[in-house]
Amino acid sequence: MSIEISAKTIQPVRLSYGNLKERFGDKKPASRYQEAVYDIQPTANFHYRPLWDKNHELYDASRTAIVMEDWYSFADPRQYYYGTYTIARAKQQDVAEHNFAFVDKRDLFDSVPEEVKQAAREILVPLRHVEWAANMNNCQITDECYGSNFSTVAMFNAMDRLGMAQYVTRLGLLLDGNEETSLDAGKKAWMEAPEWQGLRHAIEDMFVLDDWFELMVAQNFVLDGLVFPLLYDRFEKKLTTDGGATIAMLTEFMDDWYKETVRWTNALAKVTAKESEANQELLSEWTNKWTDRLVGALEPVAAKAFGADGIEQLTEVKEELLARLTKNGITGLKRS
Amino acid sequence: MPAKKLNLRKRYELLTRGMGWETTHHDMDDVFPYDSFEGIKITDWDKWEDPFRLTMDAYWKFQAEKEKKLYAVIDSFAQNNGQTNLSDASYLSAIKLFITGVTPIEYAAHRGFAHLGRHFRGDGARVACQMQAIDELRHQQTQVHTISHYNKHFNGLHDPFYQFDRVWYLSVPKSFAEDAMTAGPFEFITSISFAFEYVLTNMLFVPFMSGAAYNGDMATVTFGFSAQSDESRHMTLGLEIIKFMLEQHEDNLPIVQRWMDKHFWRAYRLLALVSAMQDYMLTNSPLSWKEAWDVYFVENGGALFEDLSRYGLRMPKYHELATAEADHLSHQVWSVFCLLGNATGFHTFLPTEEKMDWLSEKYPDTFDKYYRPRFEHWAKQKEEGTFKYLEALPQLCQVCQIPMIFTEVETDPMQLSFRASEYKGDKYNTCSDGCKDIFDHEPEKYAQAWLPVHQIFQGNCGGATIPEVLEWYKFAPEDGGDYIGSQDHARWQEWKGTDKKVKEA
Repeated sequence: MSIEISAKTIQPVRLSYGNLKERFGDKKPASRYQEAVYDIQPTANFHYRPLWDKNHELYDASRTAIVMEDWYSFADPRQYYYGTYTIARAKQQDVAEHNFAFVDKRDLFDSVPEEVKQAAREILVPLRHVEWAANMNNCQITDECYGSNFSTVAMFNAMDRLGMAQYVTRLGLLLDGNEETSLDAGKKAWMEAPEWQGLRHAIEDMFVLDDWFELMVAQNFVLDGLVFPLLYDRFEKKLTTDGGATIAMLTEFMDDWYKETVRWTNALAKVTAKESEANQELLSEWTNKWTDRLVGALEPVAAKAFGADGIEQLTEVKEELLARLTKNGITGLKRS
Repeated sequence: MPAKKLNLRKRYELLTRGMGWETTHHDMDDVFPYDSFEGIKITDWDKWEDPFRLTMDAYWKFQAEKEKKLYAVIDSFAQNNGQTNLSDASYLSAIKLFITGVTPIEYAAHRGFAHLGRHFRGDGARVACQMQAIDELRHQQTQVHTISHYNKHFNGLHDPFYQFDRVWYLSVPKSFAEDAMTAGPFEFITSISFAFEYVLTNMLFVPFMSGAAYNGDMATVTFGFSAQSDESRHMTLGLEIIKFMLEQHEDNLPIVQRWMDKHFWRAYRLLALVSAMQDYMLTNSPLSWKEAWDVYFVENGGALFEDLSRYGLRMPKYHELATAEADHLSHQVWSVFCLLGNATGFHTFLPTEEKMDWLSEKYPDTFDKYYRPRFEHWAKQKEEGTFKYLEALPQLCQVCQIPMIFTEVETDPMQLSFRASEYKGDKYNTCSDGCKDIFDHEPEKYAQAWLPVHQIFQGNCGGATIPEVLEWYKFAPEDGGDYIGSQDHARWQEWKGTDKKVKEA
């Protein structure tokens, strides 16, 4: 039996903000996602040109060659605004924290074979620099993008990357009982070991890219589309087979994160490519350019991680990525 | 083997430093192209002391807890029609000014700090700025969500972000934010983190958040409280950046001092809008503008600058004038809003007898002498039906963009304060020595300003008549004008059951 609580009902005079009424009608109240991210960024009547970029207005759609009739055509399928974002990540960090504590409490690292630990040091620990760079690149996108839906999604991504760089760091510390030798060796490898230099070079080139959407493609579509499946999924599986399931426990966050993140990059590819032939061509050109570059850069890493099997693993990952992007509307990709 | 123990400081350092690297394929000056053109000399970014030590996992955890509580309150406020518990619906003029004038600045700060979060060369400084960038996004979003319920029940809250780009008095906060954002990164952070958030933050927080508490606005109080721990992190960042710049190189002092002078005055002028809100829009005001100024600027600010004097930094220029103006500011600003109440997106109203008595008490040297007669005169005109809104558009200060309403308070409080400069053969008007100095130092910047009144005259704002301009602003006829007799007022009386009493009387 339900109990009626009688309360005074007051009819609202409107159901949502004016911009949302124009976009979605006013049959029902706007969602919190819509309220939080649509049409917040200024679009007109700027007072001063930036001293640091006199060729553009403060917010300027022409900072990328991609052209959108409406920059708010893109919506995050996760519908993340700050509240839902932090609550989702807090849950994930709770699991990660539990895993770290469990490994520590049970001394699970003691049972991991030394060669597996060494493989983790050589392949996973240098990824903290890759995540750090991804943090910078997504911060760059937050800075230069057009539209509050974009700045929101890029900001969350930037902070995620900082978080993951920190998780990798903690893994590095666990590997040597907080002696920091793994972190030092990882940094040295990142700066000097031949297998990482191609990737570092490519990432440094990304730091100076002019077009933020090209950076979006290079970092969030292509590089992540290669590194996460190759190293946080396939390589972790290999480590697990070799007796390193403990390590996989500590990078579960990254695996889950990537599965979630692919949802918005797919949506973004789709809506941008669909907008125009010109956009589709740019996306295709950038995807080809960065796939060539980054697959080449990752070959020695893959060889180091998987041995003789490495190139095949990388090729499979690349094919999956290109097939997925093609399915989401980026056509004209160079398949092998 | 037991693991070596790491203390928190060391652990934090490992989790935030050493992940970046000296690039070898590109010059670091190309990777970080914006952090040297202002002339600030940083010899060692590693000397940067992180103002707060928060790793991302802890950040997600703390912030998520705060969000859960905040949204529970917002939901319950809506479900229980919390708006009916306000002191009076006229109070909402303050919230209307807040969401149209302050919330967009939160978004601006989000983008500005993201710019610094990418472009400062030091890893620690970047991370601190990124944390603030996402916090500011939080504030914009939670404010929109909190005020959403009011938008459903009151007028004048429906298009805040569209209006921020266009409306005449909103060019005051817009130009303030864009001034900082278009400057270099060190100037930006001096402006926002230090001048605004450290020195003057209470001047904004007290009237809005305590003001909300004094007027039964539990929704706004809740997001205010919830934002407080973020704000204290932001203030720590403000102080750290100032000390860092001053400790890094002695050549930085004159640059920082000039920015301090400039952005103190710029932020203070922006807060003139808040002074009117605090003294006039709030039905019940926790503190007068002057009282707040005396406590938070004169006393606390004075102590702060005394502390900073060991770096050679002195009080911002014209701070004495700001203190002298405290007796006049809110009255002058509210007067102009009342005279232009046909062109505001919130309701204006003349102070009640009770309010005027409160103002007399709080402003014994000025209110009865200069301002009460004017409000009584307008009240009489309204009664007789002869009150007229200003038909002419006011002249705006080229820098702060407030109408030229300020007076020579130190010599003759009835004499308008008026300054002018010439630049490339054109004349530019400013409201004060503070604004004139700012203009004269960077005329090429301030000559660019999008002054709403000029723009209306040039036909860029929907038309030549006030109704056309208001339509372009998306101000509905029911949004502005007198509170008494408005739809908001009628609705309020209906909820309170006072409409019947009025009819009976």
